[in-house]
Amino acid sequence: MEANKENIYGILSEVCDPEVPVLTILDLGIVRGIEITEEKIIIQITPTYSGCPAMDTIAVDIKMKMLEYGFTEVQVMNVLSPAWTTDWMSVEGKNKLKAYGIAPPQQRSNEKRINALLFEEEKNIECPRCHSTHTTLLSQFGSTACKALYQCDDCKEPFDYFKCH
Amino acid sequence: MQTQPTIDYALHLADSALILGQRNGEWCAHGPILEQDIAITNITLDLIGQSRLFYQYAAACMNESGTAEATEDTLAYLRTERSFKNLLMCELPNGDWAQTVLRQFFFSQFQLLLLEQLQHAGNEQYAAIAAKSIKETQYHVKWSSEWVIRLGDGTAESHEKMENAVNALWMYTGEFFIAADYEAVDVAALKNKWMEAVTAIFEEATLSMPENTFMQTGGKTGTHTEHLGYILSELQYLQRTYPGAEW
Repeated sequence: MEANKENIYGILSEVCDPEVPVLTILDLGIVRGIEITEEKIIIQITPTYSGCPAMDTIAVDIKMKMLEYGFTEVQVMNVLSPAWTTDWMSVEGKNKLKAYGIAPPQQRSNEKRINALLFEEEKNIECPRCHSTHTTLLSQFGSTACKALYQCDDCKEPFDYFKCH
Repeated sequence: MQTQPTIDYALHLADSALILGQRNGEWCAHGPILEQDIAITNITLDLIGQSRLFYQYAAACMNESGTAEATEDTLAYLRTERSFKNLLMCELPNGDWAQTVLRQFFFSQFQLLLLEQLQHAGNEQYAAIAAKSIKETQYHVKWSSEWVIRLGDGTAESHEKMENAVNALWMYTGEFFIAADYEAVDVAALKNKWMEAVTAIFEEATLSMPENTFMQTGGKTGTHTEHLGYILSELQYLQRTYPGAEW
């Protein structure tokens, strides 16, 4: 396969997030650039959260997937700036999340007001099961750093909400 | 090439985040309820992640300047307590839940103000780490503020526990604002804003602000409480016993 950006993006679209396997790393918006030189291919990724344990796994997965297509000289580089935001998540990714049972981020990050009011929660988060918007925050911190835990007041289903970040 | 103060400052920021993370991690599977157990360990994960970014930067600077060969792991696992530069508050035992959440509130509120300034301290890497971390710290401030209010303005017993926590921790807050010579942010200038924020939450929590009292110092320059050695012996045990061991 020829080493061009289109082909490489195609390969990266097969690498999934190990924690949320319905999302590819392109859906997540963490691939920040590809640089092709004579010697190697440099793939730039940015962490979602500083402590996300998936990042190390993702870097290894990228190298393995590239290897499957015969690219042996691959460097995965971490870039921090600009900081990742859920605004970079693709529309397709958000739909996949919902189908998987995780409510996707509902706001743009610049509309987010974490410190506006204490004890205030993001309202009207849609239940991925019954689509009711009568839902309540159980905990701002869910099964992973990027998710909060909600419960639907109508169908009673507890569900993860991918926090706006 | 970066100078020694830059390396020391990165180590200071990394050490505080690592040691507080290590302390909070002791709550794992011991939290008061499952959701809060998960919350405090999520915060811990953010702190450890932030410490890694600062250690990686410190290691890169050290390797580049030829002062020492370092990696994020050697910096966390192979330094002794006198070379750790964390704030004393971070190494204190967890105490009860009131003390843990109050410490998180004091620390996170300070960290938030610090990171805001660190974005404009004239160092690109500091700025990038700060911009990344600040988004996480905002959640920590909100979560810990709510807990201080919930317990302070809760029952007679929870109020008393929170007051005890204030009395136990207050003397470790002064150190935040006394600059070590390597600091790139003017921490003394953050004091008023921090006091304002704490006063507002304490009012809501029906807690009284402590009188001016003796303040402990020393953490930033390696003079620690007796607790740090015990933390490090647990944290570093594996790497010291089986050098270079990997998962």
